Amino acid sequence: MATKASRSAARLMMAPAVILLLGWMLVPLCMTLYFSFKKYLPLRGGDLGWVGFENYVRFFSSSAFWPSVQATLVIVGGVLVITIVFGILLAILLDQPMWGQGIVRILVIAPFFVMPTVSALVWKNMFMDPVNGLFAHLWKFFDATPIEWLSQASMTSLVIIVSWQWLPFATLILLTAIQSLDSEQLEAAEMDGAPPLSRFGYITLPHLSRAITVVVLIQTIFLLSIFAEIFVTTQGSFGTKTLTYLIYQRVLESQNVGLGSAGGIFAVILANIIAIFLMRIVGKNLDA
Amino acid sequence: MARTVTNQRKFINTVAAWAVGLLIFFPILWTILTSFKTEATAIADPPVFLFFDWTLENYRVVQERSDYMRFLWNSVIIAGGSTFLGILIAVPAAWSMAFVPSARTKDILLWMLSTKMLPAVGVLYPIYLIFIKMGLLDSRVGLTVVLMLINLPIIIWMLYTYFREIPGEILEAARMDGATLREEIIYVLTPMAIPGIASTVLLNIILAWNEAFWTLNLTAAKAAPLTAFIASYSSPEGLFYAKLSAASTMAIAPILILGWFSQKQLVRGLTFGAVK
Repeated sequence: MATKASRSAARLMMAPAVILLLGWMLVPLCMTLYFSFKKYLPLRGGDLGWVGFENYVRFFSSSAFWPSVQATLVIVGGVLVITIVFGILLAILLDQPMWGQGIVRILVIAPFFVMPTVSALVWKNMFMDPVNGLFAHLWKFFDATPIEWLSQASMTSLVIIVSWQWLPFATLILLTAIQSLDSEQLEAAEMDGAPPLSRFGYITLPHLSRAITVVVLIQTIFLLSIFAEIFVTTQGSFGTKTLTYLIYQRVLESQNVGLGSAGGIFAVILANIIAIFLMRIVGKNLDA
Repeated sequence: MARTVTNQRKFINTVAAWAVGLLIFFPILWTILTSFKTEATAIADPPVFLFFDWTLENYRVVQERSDYMRFLWNSVIIAGGSTFLGILIAVPAAWSMAFVPSARTKDILLWMLSTKMLPAVGVLYPIYLIFIKMGLLDSRVGLTVVLMLINLPIIIWMLYTYFREIPGEILEAARMDGATLREEIIYVLTPMAIPGIASTVLLNIILAWNEAFWTLNLTAAKAAPLTAFIASYSSPEGLFYAKLSAASTMAIAPILILGWFSQKQLVRGLTFGAVK
């Protein structure tokens, strides 16, 4: 029974976490909001006064804005499609009876534990390098001209690298969901003569819909803020400047804090829209 | 009723799954293999797979040249420290939410989760400024605190879902049998909570170890962990594949091993219990 005393004790125990997170969220966010209405150039005069919405207007109308939105969408969309399609196929494969299932699962999951800077550099140098990379060797073997991956096909390269990192996550979650599927349903359908494809379409896929939604939402939140992979490969050149990277460049490289902060606020709003959907799903689960 | 599976079918599954598994694992395998080659063998055309003169030279060079141990130590301190701090703050919070839930518990939990979704780049400059003002830039303390804060929501959520599975009846039974609050915590609750706390620690160390936005932006030389150490290899200098591989292998090996132990927690922790 929760007594009055235990309630106030509970509140006390929660306080440090709540206060820290509140501070962590509100203080920097308010500062960003504040800077976004100022002309603020730390290296060229500092605080140059209020400018109203000028930073927002300049951020949205700059020639770099739309390409960065496009780059962001291509990376998020591309990686989502690849990880979910292959994730489902892999999850179904891993769910089948086989020898050494545990080891295969360990192999498949491994990329998720590789730090982003390592995976990006390994792919960049040892696979995608146009002279010494393994892909170059492969292309030469088939008498084709090696591709300069990170300049000629920069977006494709980034999508490949990031998909490799996130495929394990999608697979693991979808596999967890598939394993909770009642196999008797599938057997019943099979006995009634349903072909494999309709069994997949009418039983497995609907069962996975919730897991797929969760994968989409969580990955989107992480993919929107992809940073290290671009930082160590293209540094934002060759059309790989995502929204996150553009804001980073405005703030830290060109030290135009006002402009960058306006972009930052836009990124926060964008992430919040996705977060609301995720919260609904997670929140529903809390009652269950 | 289990379906009978022919051995032939099982054989096909096995071959397909192993092929795909090895394909996905290949970049890591290739990195590990390359780390034992000489620089000349590392770029040999055609590539050499297994039959070369294995050498430990690269590990020695990397160690000497870039003071690898210092970066490793920074990673250990930052990942370990932020996890320890996080657990210290999260255990009481998760505990009270799981055992003394109020009408607002759900809202508080969801709000905590929402702080995790704040894009880091949106608050980059304020944090940077605060760090400069407080002399925390390029310090392990500063980075430890930031990583603790970004992972705190995940820690609280994971602990909450674990604690909620501890049946309240057991506590009542212990109380009926005359256990004092102290005995209740030491003999009944702690043993049941330890597996959950251990899994949370494991996942959080992995997340903190691999974090690569704040570690790259808030450190320079002194406090830089392994993520930044590896990033310094992004501008190539002559032959360096074997050394890059050795450095990479050293950076990922401990986490790869920890990670394999924590697959289940990964699903639970990162989906906030939305997929079971």
